[in-house]
Amino acid sequence: MSGLNSGDKKLRNNALTIFSAAALAVCLWLAPTFIDAYKVRIINLIAINAILGLSLNLIYGMGGMFSLGHSGFMAIGAYVSAILIITPDQKQLMWILDPISPWVMNLQAPFLLSLIAAGVAAAFFGVLISIPVLRLGGDYLGIATLGFSEIIRILITNLTPITNGPLGLKGIPPHASLLMSYGCLAVMLLCVTRLMRSNFGNVVRAVRDDEVAAKTMGIDTFRIRVLVFTLGCFGGGVGGALMGNLITTIDPKMFMITQTYSLLMIVVVGGLGSMTGSVVGAILITTMLEWLRFVENPITIGSLNIPGIPGMRMVIFSVLLIAVIIFRREGIMGMREFSWGWLLRDAKKGGAK
Amino acid sequence: MSNENDFALRLDGVTIQFGGLVAVNDLTMNVPRKGIIGLIGPNGAGKTSAFNVITGFYKPNKGYVEFRGRDGAVSRITGLPPHRVCQAGLARTFQNIRLFGSETAIQNVMIGSYVRQRGRWWMNLVPFTFPGASREEEEIRANALALLERLGLGAYAETPASSLPYGAQRRLEIARALATKPEFLLLDEPAAGMNPQESAELLKFIRSLRDEFDLSILLIEHDMKVVMGVCEYIWVLDQGTLIADGSPEDIRMNPKVVEAYLGKEAAHA
Ligand SMILES: Nc1ncnc2c1ncn2[C@@H]1O[C@H](COP(=O)(O)OP(=O)(O)OP(=O)(O)O)[C@@H](O)[C@H]1O
Ligand SMILES: [Mg+2]
Repeated sequence: MSGLNSGDKKLRNNALTIFSAAALAVCLWLAPTFIDAYKVRIINLIAINAILGLSLNLIYGMGGMFSLGHSGFMAIGAYVSAILIITPDQKQLMWILDPISPWVMNLQAPFLLSLIAAGVAAAFFGVLISIPVLRLGGDYLGIATLGFSEIIRILITNLTPITNGPLGLKGIPPHASLLMSYGCLAVMLLCVTRLMRSNFGNVVRAVRDDEVAAKTMGIDTFRIRVLVFTLGCFGGGVGGALMGNLITTIDPKMFMITQTYSLLMIVVVGGLGSMTGSVVGAILITTMLEWLRFVENPITIGSLNIPGIPGMRMVIFSVLLIAVIIFRREGIMGMREFSWGWLLRDAKKGGAK
Repeated sequence: MSNENDFALRLDGVTIQFGGLVAVNDLTMNVPRKGIIGLIGPNGAGKTSAFNVITGFYKPNKGYVEFRGRDGAVSRITGLPPHRVCQAGLARTFQNIRLFGSETAIQNVMIGSYVRQRGRWWMNLVPFTFPGASREEEEIRANALALLERLGLGAYAETPASSLPYGAQRRLEIARALATKPEFLLLDEPAAGMNPQESAELLKFIRSLRDEFDLSILLIEHDMKVVMGVCEYIWVLDQGTLIADGSPEDIRMNPKVVEAYLGKEAAHA
């Protein structure tokens, strides 16, 4: 690519990005007619997990804040969106333990607005939890967010008039089509990329790498941290809402610590601080989690009969996580990002050999 | 000093204690506008601690610090958090270089300019929505590059700070501090680890920066010989206490200073 100056390169890269995004959109649009529903669902789940991974990466990888509360923010988003898009008639039928509170019954919003509301609600709780914890220096953020997500789960289980308690919500309108999920992912990738490439992105990394030096540069590190955490929570809320729309059923048990754990896997495997890494991580971890389901089924090898062991998936998963941490701590992408220049250069090198 | 009322920075009775240890004891000093003032003293004299009080990292047990801006307004900066001190117009470097190691040289300088950046983070989310903010980003990048070139670091713009040679890292820290558009610069042993010739060059360079950026400079230096050539006035600390102040000639002759230094140096040898 020696013949191109930087302006041409930018043009070429943008053209390549737009072209491949369009090609991907066509593929996704055709996918449901050619692939069975189960696979379509997994492809969809990849996008949602990428959104969730990306939002956690914003907090953990780019902001350097170890948070174990992402499932809590997902839950908030999922419930807010579901309550807004399920019709009052449906709600009336669903609440059987306790009568539904009337204002919850009458709350209604179109799907896209419900997504934004989900993000805003999660972000609101993000501010609420991060201000006191980050004031104390942030050392206890992991524990505090873990506690927070448990509290959210227990609140959801018990606030029956609002959440229908342990029964959860069923029959959520399935708005999360392939194109919708990938569209959300594209918007999010674009925003996060632009954010992290701007000077604000430099500042976020500076706060992560050396808080004392950042303060000396006049940066209110506390504010930056709260802001980044809140933005990550917004993404968690949107991701949770999409998840609810994909599965069409949500209940408190969906949002346990194992959910956060899978997201952490995505972030760590993909590369802490790498946006495209989170997408790669989402593809790998989502397919692997599905593929590993077979180990929980009874297996017969010749005369040997292995009974299904529930939870085996997570055991294998944990071993893999440990392996990643030992052998490739920086994850697949490290802190790098995918770029066309990088791909084309590599392809060229490969061709020359 | 000669004109008490033309100070840029003034410490009045500043005392800092760590448990039983008095790191700085009742320090009263001032730095005139556009001066290059030295703060010297043997190891552990309390020089860095004094810097940490001025820049808001330590709260003094007693005393206060006042800063007078170019506009003449005097404000008390004791009690302000470090980022507010920087916003008020004071920038510093560290004795043990503290660059953002994984960021490139130009990014380090751009981070310095953030404190004066007007565009907000959300203005860059959607392309073409806030042309003013994008223009400002470009200006910040261009200014950062110009600043790097001014400090002889142009060739390192895209190099991660941690892989720069030692002397370049020291200068990059100065560039980053200048990017915050300070009125007052605090340099903690800027020439540490350099040979006599390199440090003489650097100090001469610092002097030219003072004129170019209209700065008042307070610099800590360990090596007395180095500081004599560049500073107009010198304050000497020993074990937290001010033992002398005056022009370089006065300080050179002062028996107390000679004793504090020679005593130490003899002990080291
Ligand atoms: N945060 C702290 N906690 C406890 N003691 C401290 C702290 N900071 C400094 N001190 C002590 O205060 C005294 C003065 O330290 P300071 O770093 O200010 O000296 P200095 O003049 O900068 O010395 P040097 O030339 O070695 O840099 C030392 O005895 C040091 O151990
Ligand atoms: Mg020191």
